[in-house]
Amino acid sequence: MTALIEIERLTKRFGAFTAVDDVTFSVAKGEVVGFLGPNGAGKSTTMRMLAGFVTPTAGTARICGDDVVDKPVAARRHLGFLPEGAPTYPEMSVTGFLEFCARARGFRGSELADRVAHAMQLTQLEGVRLQPVETLSKGFKRRVGLAAALSHDPPVLVLDEPTDGLDPNQKHEVRNLIRAMAPEKAIVISTHILEEVGAVCTRAVVIARGRVVADTTPAELAARGPSMDAVFRALTLPREAA
Amino acid sequence: MGGVVTVFRRELASYFATPVATVFIVIFLVLSGALTFTLGNFFARGQADLGPFFTFVPWLFLFLVPALTMRLWAEERRLGTIELLLTLPIAQWEAVVGKFLAAWMFCTIALALTFPLVITVNVLGTPDNGVILSGYLGCVMVAGAFLAVGAAISAMTKNQVIAFVLAVAACFFLTAAGSPVVSEFLSQRVPQMAEVARAVSITDRLAGFSRGVISARDIVFFASFIGFFLFANTVAVDQRKAD
Repeated sequence: MTALIEIERLTKRFGAFTAVDDVTFSVAKGEVVGFLGPNGAGKSTTMRMLAGFVTPTAGTARICGDDVVDKPVAARRHLGFLPEGAPTYPEMSVTGFLEFCARARGFRGSELADRVAHAMQLTQLEGVRLQPVETLSKGFKRRVGLAAALSHDPPVLVLDEPTDGLDPNQKHEVRNLIRAMAPEKAIVISTHILEEVGAVCTRAVVIARGRVVADTTPAELAARGPSMDAVFRALTLPREAA
Repeated sequence: MGGVVTVFRRELASYFATPVATVFIVIFLVLSGALTFTLGNFFARGQADLGPFFTFVPWLFLFLVPALTMRLWAEERRLGTIELLLTLPIAQWEAVVGKFLAAWMFCTIALALTFPLVITVNVLGTPDNGVILSGYLGCVMVAGAFLAVGAAISAMTKNQVIAFVLAVAACFFLTAAGSPVVSEFLSQRVPQMAEVARAVSITDRLAGFSRGVISARDIVFFASFIGFFLFANTVAVDQRKAD
């Protein structure tokens, strides 16, 4: 299997603080990696470096072979990225926003319309297509962000907390969607909901204080202790506190 | 280049999707008209030209343009959409240029809507419409220069108030540098600075345009001025995007 995402010794320092410390892993087609860790562990920073939004202090990452530092635009072309909090332009309509994202990715004319319609269908947004994004509920906004990340059918998906703020039904839908797309793509989702990892991921990468502390299957992770929560605590809390 | 057009379209549409466009254009038209006819002594001068109008435009832009530019990057930061915009497969300079051109187009639309003044002078007398057109071109150039400075400042700060105040200060410097008060003061005390102040003065150059003189020097000045600040803008976005 060829790796679509290759992260190599990725490091990011903000002043004296090291947010991401020498992280290395790769994700192959067909894998869904659950990126786990407590708040502030470096999940979002790692994903932002992958998307080319944060410049790494050291190390690099490649998406489908294109280096995110040297060839940022080419690397981003292969990528569907949902930023943390799923930011959207509040005054735009759902259709307008999705069209903007698809146009920025080079789609024009009838293909553009098809892409947008397909993304709206996948995320069940047809009912609100002409509403301004600011009038939508949190769950809908999240799905608009998801639709924008999916519209170009990218080989690599990086989703920062895709189910945050969704109700249980919507979470179920999004997980089904991720599972359905999984065979064709390399997917990384960050979450701190542990049940989600077992539900959708084929692999779990746990990060704490910027370092990878576990890289295994969800089943193996769960088997390490009495419960997933206990394993998570043991891995992510500093030794003396655990 | 596709990225520039995409960003340009979204930005321009967003001015008109929010009350920004209405408020900006109405205030600009009311103030420019009122100042031209009152302080500018439009009728008492007895001349069929738009001289007074062109002298007031930079002073209006001084406040109105920073109001447009303050949100250009600071707002993207506040909403988090900067993370979305800069992770789309478009280069950073394309986002910078697209945003600038949309704001510039918006100012041009506002200027174009002062057309009743042109009709007025044409009804009252026989003005040289070439001179009027050249004056408008000068105003567009001034708007471009102010926008470029303001946008670069907006990229450097997260705070919209700071972006506004600094941009007003920068535009004021560019506008007032050529005024008699400043140049007399400087030439008496620091003659070297007087040269510099005259060189960056936007009002002197606009005066040339509003007399109908379109000189290559002025065009080069505005083009390089805008180019420099767009470059600074791109660097600032790159350095500070994730802060």
